[in-house]
Amino acid sequence: MTKLHRRRVLQLSGAAAVAATSGGLAGILASGRAPAYGQTMTVHWVRWSDFVPASDTFLKGPYTEQCQKDLGIKLTVETINANDIQARVTSAIQSGTGPDIFYLLTNWPQLYGQSAVDVGDISEQIGKAQGGFYDICKVVGTMGGKWIGVPYCVGGGLVAYRKSWLAEVGFDGKFPSTWDDYRTAGQKLKKAGHPYGQTAGHTFGDAPGWWYPYLWSWGGKEVEADGKTVVLNSKETVESVKFAVALWKETMDEGGLAWDDTSNNRAFLSGSISATNNGASIYLEAKKKPESYQTDKGEPMFKDILHASIPGGAGGVFNEPGPFTNMLMQYSKNQDAAKKFLAWAHSKPVFEGWFKTQQGYTAGATKVYEDDPVWNDDPVMAPFKKIPVTGRMAGFAGPPSQKAAEVRTKYIIVDMYAKAIQGMKPEDSVKWAHDELVKVYGA
Amino acid sequence: MTTIEAVAPRQYVRGPRRGPITRLLEDERKLALCLMLPTIVLLGLFIAYPFVKGIELSVTNTSVGVPGKFVGIENFKKIWTDDIFHIAVWNTCLYTFVTTVFKLVLGLWLALLLNRHFKGKAFMRAFILLPFIIPTVLSTFAWKWMFDPTFSVLNWMLFHLGIIHSRINWLGDPGLAMISVIIVNVWRGVPFYAISLLAGLQTISPELHEAAAIDGARAWARFRHVTWPLLLPVTLVIVLFSVIQTFADFQLVYVLTGGGPANATQLFATYAYQLGIGTGLLSQGAAISLAIFPILLLVVIVQLVYIRRAETL
Repeated sequence: MTKLHRRRVLQLSGAAAVAATSGGLAGILASGRAPAYGQTMTVHWVRWSDFVPASDTFLKGPYTEQCQKDLGIKLTVETINANDIQARVTSAIQSGTGPDIFYLLTNWPQLYGQSAVDVGDISEQIGKAQGGFYDICKVVGTMGGKWIGVPYCVGGGLVAYRKSWLAEVGFDGKFPSTWDDYRTAGQKLKKAGHPYGQTAGHTFGDAPGWWYPYLWSWGGKEVEADGKTVVLNSKETVESVKFAVALWKETMDEGGLAWDDTSNNRAFLSGSISATNNGASIYLEAKKKPESYQTDKGEPMFKDILHASIPGGAGGVFNEPGPFTNMLMQYSKNQDAAKKFLAWAHSKPVFEGWFKTQQGYTAGATKVYEDDPVWNDDPVMAPFKKIPVTGRMAGFAGPPSQKAAEVRTKYIIVDMYAKAIQGMKPEDSVKWAHDELVKVYGA
Repeated sequence: MTTIEAVAPRQYVRGPRRGPITRLLEDERKLALCLMLPTIVLLGLFIAYPFVKGIELSVTNTSVGVPGKFVGIENFKKIWTDDIFHIAVWNTCLYTFVTTVFKLVLGLWLALLLNRHFKGKAFMRAFILLPFIIPTVLSTFAWKWMFDPTFSVLNWMLFHLGIIHSRINWLGDPGLAMISVIIVNVWRGVPFYAISLLAGLQTISPELHEAAAIDGARAWARFRHVTWPLLLPVTLVIVLFSVIQTFADFQLVYVLTGGGPANATQLFATYAYQLGIGTGLLSQGAAISLAIFPILLLVVIVQLVYIRRAETL
């Protein structure tokens, strides 16, 4: 006779209580897991540490409680440095264990699409109910017709500038709209000790966020629309590099070659620079702490800050928006709960709660949020509403594919400008970058 | 009178029955194997498995979440023609060579000073280990602030001392950026050299120095003909460890410059990370990591041969 130990009897008797309404005792034992309604549904969501800290506080507090109340899901919101997210995603996918949902930046979903759950049902429903997704969100959130994530919102940069200093050099209440005006104003500003500040270093957001739109505004592009033919080495690109070298020396803070994504925030808030392309975090921080950040006249600095698009050239005026996408991972054992959560999180009443805390730092991923009252709260933030429609993604005129991500991650476009700034002939730096692109796209 | 007591023959008592584990441990060969097993498992899990996995990845076209196919040496061919890889190879060799020379010279100097008798010797020996004890990321963030293009405390100090009149772009200029990462590596590595060489110095008998001094040898001659030959085997082992660690350095450069500006400080490890993790091209990242192996192997072989020679001298 088989020996039956005390512990085993207790296990079986506990399971028997629920066996009658489920697949029976045999079913429970075979599954090796407790019945579903006996477990607490949990969802683990990994996001970046937001540049608007109030949003993280909201998510970890009232939002999590509301989720428990509405869905019975125990939500864990984990925030980590944006530069560390990719390492986390890679290790999670390769080991087959990790957070259920990743909040991915820019075109990263294209790198991990093969490991994502198809969330077409949720995305289609959200898009339909909320006036449709912006094109950039759809392009990044889909792969071969499959929805690999649910687009959440769109961040991006505009030039934050000190209106009083710009007024002193002849731009009263406006920002230079052409590169020539930008250069003339910058020369005067630098002489007055208020240079522009922009990074040309290896940092994920601000460096590509400035140099890609700069390239496009001159009419330069990486590849043709086929996503294969490299056309970087063009007259337009060479002209843009020549002009960038002059701009750097005559108008910029030359320490920018070593800046990371936080350096220009610190430089601006300390009064070292007069203008920088950035998310709205500089203005929001200055507004939050008016006593800490003041002008040299003792006024709160936020009252002296405005936002404008980067100047335009022959190619037009652009920015490089940063779409944010929630990706549900295939290895997740909580896919049903995670899907319920995603549908809830992206629904209008729930999203609006979070959107308000952003104060305009991001725009919605769907068009319905263009009419959100948040844009009327503060006119200084209003220009950020247009980010999703004036943007292009890295890899233009091709799709934001893995190849485009490789070029962006290797900082080839950024380094094309950085090399010339450091003294390489503009023609040579463009040729170097072109050859590197051919190696990537030709592979 | 001696009496001899008649002792009854001791009755044989059977000892407690030996279990299979006891019997196993009584066999010396099996015991040795058991004792080595934890080490073998640890080495297998954390050294052999990643190494074999790295080789496997490098000959496939695996990317994150996509199992790859065998592509032979395609990845190695690709990095062979990659300009950034060439820069990384040169930078890594330069970085390792310069930092090793400085760490050795400064470490030896410090060790010789610490080997003297002075007040507070124990405290000083513990104190100089601080750069080595503090987590690298933490101390590198402090250095990053000191080299900050806008808020550099070094620039502030040099400016107020009247040594410079415009700020030094420590991490923005390609040459200075490399010098900066070298300075931080040397600062962090000197205590390791100093303490290890100090341990070596303390094994040298003072009588040898006394005998040399009686024979008229001055300080430099005593160092050259007594201290240095006896310290050489220890020094070579320390240099060996240091070269291996420096060659694969990652944290310091990643935090300070991220490999920039324009790849001026890109090393093997940072570039492998950029490709493998940043771009998801695991196989290419693995190929770059493995490219370190033959270079390091050569360095290790040369050094081990020297160590053997030095020991047999």
